[in-house]
Parts: sequence; C-alpha cells; structure tokens
Amino acid sequence: MNGETMFDRLFGAGAHALTTEGLFLCGTARIGAQDVAVVGTRDHAAIDGTIALRIAEAVLHVVRDDAAGGKPPRPIVFIADTQGQALSRHEELLGLNGYFAHIVRCVDLARRRGHRLLTVISGEAVSGGFLAYGLMADRICALPNSQVRVMDLRAMSRVTKISLERLEELAKRSPVFAPGAENYWRMGGIHEIWSEEGDWSECMATALSHAANSDDRAAIGLERGGRLLSAPTAQIVASS
Amino acid sequence: MNGLQISYFEASARKRLSELVDAGSLVEFCPPEMRQTSPHLAMLDAPLAFDDGVVTGRASLSGHKVLVAAQEGRFNGGAVGEVHGAKIRGLLDRALSERPTAVLLLIDSGGVRLHEANAGLIAISEIMRAVLRVQAAGIPVFALVGGSCGAFGGMGIVTRLCTEVVMSEQGRLGLSGPEVIETVKGVEEFDSRDRALVWRITGGKLRRALGEATLLVDDLIPAFRTAAVSLIERYRAHPPVPADLDELLGVQAELTERSARFAAARDGREIWANTFAEASRVPEMTVAEFNIQLGEAA
Repeated sequence: MNGETMFDRLFGAGAHALTTEGLFLCGTARIGAQDVAVVGTRDHAAIDGTIALRIAEAVLHVVRDDAAGGKPPRPIVFIADTQGQALSRHEELLGLNGYFAHIVRCVDLARRRGHRLLTVISGEAVSGGFLAYGLMADRICALPNSQVRVMDLRAMSRVTKISLERLEELAKRSPVFAPGAENYWRMGGIHEIWSEEGDWSECMATALSHAANSDDRAAIGLERGGRLLSAPTAQIVASS
Repeated sequence: MNGLQISYFEASARKRLSELVDAGSLVEFCPPEMRQTSPHLAMLDAPLAFDDGVVTGRASLSGHKVLVAAQEGRFNGGAVGEVHGAKIRGLLDRALSERPTAVLLLIDSGGVRLHEANAGLIAISEIMRAVLRVQAAGIPVFALVGGSCGAFGGMGIVTRLCTEVVMSEQGRLGLSGPEVIETVKGVEEFDSRDRALVWRITGGKLRRALGEATLLVDDLIPAFRTAAVSLIERYRAHPPVPADLDELLGVQAELTERSARFAAARDGREIWANTFAEASRVPEMTVAEFNIQLGEAA
C-alpha cells in the first residue's frame, strides 16, 4: 500500500497534510474532530542520526507550538516503519544511542505536557528503531501484515547455535523470540492489531480514547498469557 | 588482598557491588535462593542463572540509602530477558515508594537476549520509561559502565537516559556492537577484531570527550565508588528535574552541531583532534591527565 492510500484509510481522504523528506515524514491530520500531529518514518527506514534529529525536532516543535498558541496539547501519532538503527561506524562514533535517548526524552516531555501518544506500525518495526519512539507511545497499534522483530530466526539460529528447525518448532508454542506482531500482542508490547477489512480511522479514534499515560504493558502481557513472569517478578523486587 | 587493586572490568557483578557499597550493607531483592530463572532459556536447553544475570537490592553508600542493580556480563553477555528486565524495572518502581538517595545501575550488557528477544525488547522499553519516571520524581539514576560487555543495544539507550554516566577507559558504550556491524556491513566498515579501533569508537575516553559519559574514572572499583559518592553528594543538594522544552531544544542544537562538525568522521582520533592539543597522546594519557586536559579544553 502506498503512503497516500494508507493515510487516506487512517485519517480519511483529505484529512491529512503530510510532507516527506527522504524517509522521514511529518505533518498534521484529523482523527474525527480532533487535530493531531503526525511524525514518523517510511519505507523501512534505517534510523540514523539525521532521521533521529528530525523525529526529535518534530516532537519538540509540536510541544512548542501548542504551548505558544495556548492550544490544548494535540495528540501525536507516530508512524513506525523501520528496519532498525542504521549500522555504521560513523553513527556509532557519534553516539547514535545518545541521539535515540534524545528522542525518548522529547517523547517523554510531550507525554508530561499532556500530549497523548499513539503509534501505528506500518511495514516493519525492528529493534533499536522501534525502541527509539514507536515503543514509547501510550498506545501501540499495528496494521495488518506488519513485521515486528528483533532478529529473524535464521540469524538467531546462527548466533545461538540452535538449529533453525528447532526454533521454528518452538516458535509455534512460544511468543517469546520469534518475529511477529501477534507475538508482541500476546506479550503486551502491542495493544491492538487492526484487520484489513476494518475501518482504520474508527480504529484510530478508539485507540486514541484508550491511550493512557501509565505503562500497562506488563499487566496486559500477563492477562494475554504471553508474558507470565514480568509483572510478578517486578512485583517481587518492587515490594519484597 | 589490597582492595585498591580490584579491577572493575575483571570483577563479577557481585564482587563489584560488594566492593562498591558500604561493607555488608547489601540486601538483595529476588535473590538467587528464590530461583527466579528464565523458562525461555530452559526451553532452549541453554544454561540458567538463579538470579537471571542481574543482582538487585538496597545498600548504603557512604551512609546514604541507594537502590542498586548490577548486570553480570559473564552470563549471556548481561543480556536482558523477561525476568532480568523485570527485576531492573521492579527496582526502579521500588525507588518511587522507597525514595532512596539515588539508584545505581551497574550496566554490563550487550542489550536484548536473543533467546527471548521479544520479551527483552519490551522489557528494555519498560526500563526506559521507568528510568524517566524515577528522575521525574527527583531521584537521580546513575549508570556505571566499565564491564567487559559495555552498554550496548537498548541498554546503551538506557545508559544515556540516566542522570549521570560514569565510565572507565575500558568501558564501552554504543548502540550496535562492532561484531554486528562487521557481520552485516563487512570488515571494511568495522573490523571488530581491531581492539584499538573498537576502543576509539566506543570506549570511555571517546565517550567522555563527546560529553556522553559525564565522569571518566580509573578501572578500579574504589574509583567508581568515589565517583558515585561525589555524585550523590551533588544531587542531594540539587535533585534532578525532568528536561524542559528549552533544555531539550539545547540538546537538539548540540547534537545537530555535532553531526555537522563530524559529518564524515569515522575514528575517535578525529574527535580528539578537535578537543585536545596533543590528540595523538590521548590513548596513552592516564585518566587523571585526560581529565585535566579535557577540563582545560572546555
């Protein structure tokens, strides 16, 4: 699905004004009667320092503009389509982890200022690129057929020295290591997966109304049976 | 044995903790006796640790109450799985009710544990949010980085979210490890066996020169202790406040400037040449000399 078609389905035709700059995109849109800001990446972007700074800056500008205009803080919709962090010596030298931490702080500022944060995964959400902003939202939704992972099973097999056949077999029973939005849903890392037939703008409105600023993912993972130890273990350490 | 000679790099997580905090003061939460091991490692017939590779507890440090977590790099590279990550997050949650003077994270980790990668990724995201919550409550979180696995992957991001980052020269900090980059992009992009190069890209002196590490100390447990104590004293008087818009716009400008100034840089030498009069001597400088020269350059 090309960008325009996808955004028409998410916000309604004519209800979005987005500009792209390379693999970065931002702009404004409407969900129902509500104005929202949109920030994200497309075409499976590898997030490097340049894109990271654009994402952070876009979030800061939304916070700044709403405060300056005396407007109620608009929700921010993150469009996550990333193959992960850019892999390069130059990026590591400059401290790409620090650029990502800067995005995270900007997103946190927006949350503290009352902006509700919604992520829509379109395409891919992988590792560090996903951690940097998509996973920081209050509510995380995945479009059908989106790929979510840290590493594919073939690479995992090479690194862990466990045969691919065995991993594939175990992945049928456990959501814990194999790629898949469904697995992340079961573990509470993704709140909703939307269907191809669904009305996505309706889904957007509902998701936004469910966006709470507390981190409820461990409790959801427990409830859905995909992450049985996280919540109880944290509880032991938090209050023993 | 002379306590002053204990290398932080060489020590286990438990040794680091026991030498770092006041003698005998550590009380562990979810200790190995509870056998809170990873069922996911067990499913893959991989070795288990009764503490899942991280020690969490309360201690006193120069008389101040602190909460501490120490990752064990010798177990699965300190990598974060479901239980391991939940212990760290639980500790940060505890800080909100117990209100210690500081939380110390002794980070020694390659990032997400592949055997339970999905759980690890979500856990690190939860840790990130918890670190920010604790700081927003006025409690500083200090990262100590000096172990053999460094602080990479999501734990490299967590490190940079902390209030202060104490590193040794041997400590390493980054996002993608050199081996990963070499595997995907080729040896000409990053030769992970060239140890001197790896240290010039990820090591403590480079990170300190860029301001990513806020203190550089000798590779000795007492040196980390002294640094942690001095930070605690400093933040007792001035608790951290969450970054506001102006501060983050400042960071934005700083990082934009860094990216422009070092637009083609691929080696720490290029950063040092920009900072130090005698850049070629940086690798051989003692930590004390390095800190003095960095102070003069500032």
